[in-house]
Amino acid sequence: MADKNTLIMDGNEAAASIAFRASEVIAIYPITPASAMGELADEWAVHGRRNVWGMVPTVTEMQSEAGAAGAVHGALQTGALTTTFTASQGLLLMIPNMYKIAGELQPFCMHVAARTLATHALSIFGDHSDVMACRGTGFAMLASASPQQAHDMAAIAHAATLKARVPFLHFFDGFRTSHELSPVRMIDDDTLRSLLDPDAISALRKRALSPDHPTLRGTAQNPDTFFQCREASNPFYDACPEIVRNTMRRYAQLTGRAYRLFDYYGHREAEHVIVCMGSGSEMLRTVVERLAAEGRKVGTLVVRLFRPFSGKRFVAALPGSVRRIAVLDRVKEPGALADPLYLDVLAAMNEFHEAGPVELVAGRYGLSSKEFTPSMALSIFDELRAPKPRKHFTIGIVDDVTHLSLPVREHLDVLPKDVYQALFYGLGSDGTVSANKNTIKIVSEETELDAQGYFVYDSRKSGAGTVSHLRFSREPLAAPYLIERADLVAVHQFEFFDRIEVLGALRPSGVLLINSPYPADQLWGRLSREVQEQICEKKLVVHMVDAEAVARAAGLGGRINTVMQVCFFAVSQLLPTERAAIAIKGALEHSYGKKGEEIIRRNMQAIDTALAGLLRVSIPDKASAERHRPPAVPASAPPFVRAVTAAMLAGKGDSLPVSVFPPNGTWPMGTTQWEKRSIAAEIPIWDEKICIQCNKCVFVCPHAAIRAKAYPSTALDKAPEGWKSVPFKSSDLPGQTYTLQVAPEDCTGCGLCVTVCPAKDRANPRHKAIELQPQRPLRDAERERYDFFLKLPEVDRTTVPADVKHTQLLRPLFEYSGACAGCGETPYIKLLTQLFGDRLLIANATGCSSIYGGNLPTTPYTVDANGRGPAWSNSLFEDNAEYGFGYRLAVDALQAQARALLERLAPELPAHLVTGLLSAKQGDESAIAAQRARVQALRYALAQSSVAEAKTLEQLADYLVKKSVWLVGGDGWAYDIGFGGLDHVLASNANVNILVLDTEVYSNTGGQQSKATPLGASAKFAASGKAVGKKDLGLIAMSYDHVYVAQVAFGARDKQTVDAFIEAERHPGPSLIIAYSHCIAHGYDLMQGAQQQKLAVESGIWPLYRFDPARVMDGEPPLRLDAGEPTRSVSEYMRNEARFRMVEALDPKRFALLQKDAQRLTARRKEHYQQLAQLRVTQGLRTSIFPPKKE
Amino acid sequence: MDLSTDYLGLTLPNPLILGASPLASDLDDVRRAVDVGLSAVVMNSLFEEQLTLQQVAYHEHVEAHADTHAEALSLRPIHPGVDYALGPDEYLTQIGRIKAAVGVPVIGSLNGATNDGWLRYARLIEQAGADALELNVYYLATDPEQSGAQVEDQLVQMVQRVAQAVQIPVAVKLSPFYSSLPHLARRLSAAGAKGLVLFNRFYEPDIDVEELALEPKLQLSNSSELLLRLRWLAALSEQTPASLAVSGGVHSSLDALKAIMAGAHAIQLVSVLLQHGPLIVPALIDELDRWLHDHEYESLRQAQGSMNMQRCPDPTHYHRGNYLRILQSYRRPGAP
Repeated sequence: MADKNTLIMDGNEAAASIAFRASEVIAIYPITPASAMGELADEWAVHGRRNVWGMVPTVTEMQSEAGAAGAVHGALQTGALTTTFTASQGLLLMIPNMYKIAGELQPFCMHVAARTLATHALSIFGDHSDVMACRGTGFAMLASASPQQAHDMAAIAHAATLKARVPFLHFFDGFRTSHELSPVRMIDDDTLRSLLDPDAISALRKRALSPDHPTLRGTAQNPDTFFQCREASNPFYDACPEIVRNTMRRYAQLTGRAYRLFDYYGHREAEHVIVCMGSGSEMLRTVVERLAAEGRKVGTLVVRLFRPFSGKRFVAALPGSVRRIAVLDRVKEPGALADPLYLDVLAAMNEFHEAGPVELVAGRYGLSSKEFTPSMALSIFDELRAPKPRKHFTIGIVDDVTHLSLPVREHLDVLPKDVYQALFYGLGSDGTVSANKNTIKIVSEETELDAQGYFVYDSRKSGAGTVSHLRFSREPLAAPYLIERADLVAVHQFEFFDRIEVLGALRPSGVLLINSPYPADQLWGRLSREVQEQICEKKLVVHMVDAEAVARAAGLGGRINTVMQVCFFAVSQLLPTERAAIAIKGALEHSYGKKGEEIIRRNMQAIDTALAGLLRVSIPDKASAERHRPPAVPASAPPFVRAVTAAMLAGKGDSLPVSVFPPNGTWPMGTTQWEKRSIAAEIPIWDEKICIQCNKCVFVCPHAAIRAKAYPSTALDKAPEGWKSVPFKSSDLPGQTYTLQVAPEDCTGCGLCVTVCPAKDRANPRHKAIELQPQRPLRDAERERYDFFLKLPEVDRTTVPADVKHTQLLRPLFEYSGACAGCGETPYIKLLTQLFGDRLLIANATGCSSIYGGNLPTTPYTVDANGRGPAWSNSLFEDNAEYGFGYRLAVDALQAQARALLERLAPELPAHLVTGLLSAKQGDESAIAAQRARVQALRYALAQSSVAEAKTLEQLADYLVKKSVWLVGGDGWAYDIGFGGLDHVLASNANVNILVLDTEVYSNTGGQQSKATPLGASAKFAASGKAVGKKDLGLIAMSYDHVYVAQVAFGARDKQTVDAFIEAERHPGPSLIIAYSHCIAHGYDLMQGAQQQKLAVESGIWPLYRFDPARVMDGEPPLRLDAGEPTRSVSEYMRNEARFRMVEALDPKRFALLQKDAQRLTARRKEHYQQLAQLRVTQGLRTSIFPPKKE
Repeated sequence: MDLSTDYLGLTLPNPLILGASPLASDLDDVRRAVDVGLSAVVMNSLFEEQLTLQQVAYHEHVEAHADTHAEALSLRPIHPGVDYALGPDEYLTQIGRIKAAVGVPVIGSLNGATNDGWLRYARLIEQAGADALELNVYYLATDPEQSGAQVEDQLVQMVQRVAQAVQIPVAVKLSPFYSSLPHLARRLSAAGAKGLVLFNRFYEPDIDVEELALEPKLQLSNSSELLLRLRWLAALSEQTPASLAVSGGVHSSLDALKAIMAGAHAIQLVSVLLQHGPLIVPALIDELDRWLHDHEYESLRQAQGSMNMQRCPDPTHYHRGNYLRILQSYRRPGAP
């Protein structure tokens, strides 16, 4: 790359770079896909980077986007140049303040990585539904379509707002632009400063709220004046488009990059024009240029400034020859006559267009990052050519319900002739994406080629797959869509051949690079018939390397990225291999520096051996394999799973038509069971002779992949070969047989179970009752055993004592989730489903638990043999307490109705049944089973009845069985964004249970600090170690005298966890459980998660307690401490985790102080709790909630 | 009284020096130690293996999560252009800080894990300003395939390479578990070692019989450990041109005196400082001074080596005879 100001970056960085340098105050809250903008700003501020006026902007993380918007508004009001970054629901939370900011004509620019709003489902991907929801706010809206434009438009927006005084929302497409890597020509500080009018800044300072020249803003107005005041701002909106236009002109003078409010591309006498906004317009530009060159009279009009919409400029930008226009919206407004861009264009044409009739049609595309390709553009132009084009259409899907979709018939390729396209299929954990990002930088620096990188991730947190799309060309690349025809495909994990279609996009005679665990002479035989056929038909050139062996030998574990990277260079010849190797080494040195001499050395060694191990594989003329690619789901799966889920798993979800989907987002239960991911390298194998049957392994398993059953020995008639069983040691369930069994294809191999196993062979204590052994050779036999295991009878719930050992015989109704290997949250959720699963309702705050709980293609909540199971739903991030509270209100209302009906119908029904149903305590499993039996009897009785209300009661009868409502979420929800609602629910009398899975950090969005982050830990926005202590949520809840509160850590004391869950559920009012959840964000091997929990408790960092208000009635202190005096130091705990050690590595002195402070805080809290635990309440005993203890 | 001594070619005003310990990582502790009279500072050891492990751990637990999920492209704050102190920098900087803070010689201490590591870090420690380097040979030979001769050959080769690579004097801190220490000492000296430190103390884990697990234990030394050192000081004294230091077991001025008489040129103090604090040092020096004065010695050097195997009245006591006599004279407490 010749130009030193051109750097490879994504849209987020390109926009943030401007925003940071043009601001004094930045208030943010993390949300995908905008998080990186705030994080970069924070990093830059931490490292003292300055804005264009030589000051370091203040970057503050708030408790929610609503909080960030409030802080931003305050900062603007008091005169600071301010910015923020957000997306999706976050943007919605800012809307109230946006109205205020616009109403007050505050110059301000915010940057939005436009993302889908959650409707029938959440989606993290891109469309314009969030920004379109802001149309009414009065913000100017400026769209950019590429990382370069994100940089340019950001600068234009920051400059224009100062003059216009209309606040700006600058947006670009989430992921497609925010995450696409491409070369960006940066503008320097001087240029940026020269754009930002000092007089306008001075005027802003003068308007600032100040006691030195006070004014009043934010009055309340009445019918007499409000309307007029509102109209008073009209001149600013009228002037705004021209101000933007002039700013764009000035920008062009300064940088050579020219934009207009509406940019037209294509034939000068175009008759058919597509109007578009955002990244899709970049693709359209290349399409119309190609078609126009072929003589087709087509063009595209790209909307840059969407609001204020200049109808005059819009019409002026259109060629006079235009006859038909298709307006494309990347948003759906159900019920509207058409989507918003169309309506604005329609109004503009109506008002300003004079030359001849023009027909308008409305198209919708790209919802949730759905692909938008040149072929689709061609289809739209073809439609415009039709005698009667459809008035409304969609493109990119098959709509077989309302038949709106246009067919895509012809393939159109508008990429530069010399383009080199490479696809890489890897795992998140193998470093493929990181290496490819690095490859793009290397190629850009070492050659004259333009480069583009886009990365697709799947939604699982363990064993997640990634697909990298890399393009290189001598000509500029404007291709915001996935690779459709690859020159090279690299398959970094051999298993992918059987699971997904990896060769579909590879062109004939293309290059296939395989990481093969098999030697070259065996590789062919290991491929399925389908793959062999494709290789032969396409006459592919196949290379292989055993990257895992190379990486392992070099001490890099599963990180095969450098190995595959150098092999890619060797086979692609984008650079001479030697130069590439030198560049990779240089990049390693650059990124690791002194913090990773050893890592550099190991990678260097890997590079050398990789090249030696890279082989060309000779390919036979035709396929010889008899083995076919296994189906994505077994034939025994339900029809929906076979038709829909299977396609999604195989990566063919895009081809599914509208008709196969439920219209309201309802999805079947228990679909993870059909997806056998087989991601564990090693699985736990049971030695029944040593096992003490404590079931601790079952308890800690994050994926419900090791299970225990106690069953009658008569069930063993058809046991498979090698079946292991022993007599069950239990006086509560005598005479049963016991088996512990792994689910070999669902286990992730985290090893938590092995670490907690207390049963050691006395003669050889290294050998435990469960041990990890290689999965591959054991897979088939263990699969057969697991299938048999599942068919064994389940334990009778009514006979199971409520202890760790026996509760773990209960069937989990949460299984095989996509959570991280070793996840510290899921064991709690699994326990919840074991204890109360058949009468459980879960409201789940957005976060990790909603992603592994409800992200498609497969979901883990399942049902028991009676078809009962957890009813689960996710509403939003911020509203979960209220949402779950709503469940309770509804359940109580329906139960009350059922009871009232029952009383009314009593004369028709057996008296003992009615009395039994109405008076049942339902205090334990037996009582609940009895109530279920009564409900069954009631149904039978109602069926005989002819009374009209009998039918109503029949429908509501199940509400007579106690329901357990749980509000589940992470610390980001409970401590920060959802705290207001959580507090409100705690303050209520409602019988709800709140489970906080406390990882002490925003795990799902990538490790930003929350108020649960402990003192001394580093996190994003607390890079140098958090300086204040963790918020004591439990203590806050205890300040109410009716809330049950428990703090638990299963790895430290599983019994206390079980007790707390049961007590919380029995508590008739609100209850709160704060559950220590180890997390990959803590930075250690989660195999040690339970040990670290123990250390957290033993060091006093995580006190275990239960606060039961009911104890007051017995004259006892409500607070009971469940762990003794600390026996270890806090520093011993902190030493084990990278989140703390990174602070030490950064600044040892500061860390030493933080460590001392953490110890001090721990001691203080211990003393505080010990005093509270002595507190007996003798005055004012509460009686309202606990009038005689109700069950 | 002239208490001065020569150790590793450095002339020290008294033989008491700060031994390798965590104390050297705190500048205030070092200042105090020197203020109370310790005449040189041996740094805590730079463990190559630990650096490697830290780097690998950082890589595994921080970098390995980069670019794995669409929502979390990283999990920890990344500091572009900022190096975490996962390399030797913090250690090397601390040498400089100590040099700037105190006027006494600073002796680096290094435990290498690879040939390359020994050399690289030795050079870096020298460049950081250390006056001498102590090679902390913390090696447990547990491989049945490896002979004693191989262990010694490797050690000698390593010392030779390091001694050639640096200009500053090199000391070797040994364990007592070599079959012929005097011979090894001679070889090490020929390889370039200017000093030998007797002995390294291995941390010995205990067994938890309930949990069937090993428990790491750190036991501070006590005076009883001195006897082993006295014998080998006596055996090596004047048998090797290398200067000798004792490490482990010196807890009183009398202990120190014995070590001097057995042949020590320097006395490394750690446990006694950890137990009693730095203020014990002036007392030790005073008592040493007084004892030598009271017994009409001209200088400490006069006592140095006076009880080594060459000069002590009855060297057989250092040999097997000692063992036999003690065994024969042992009586069970309370036995007649």
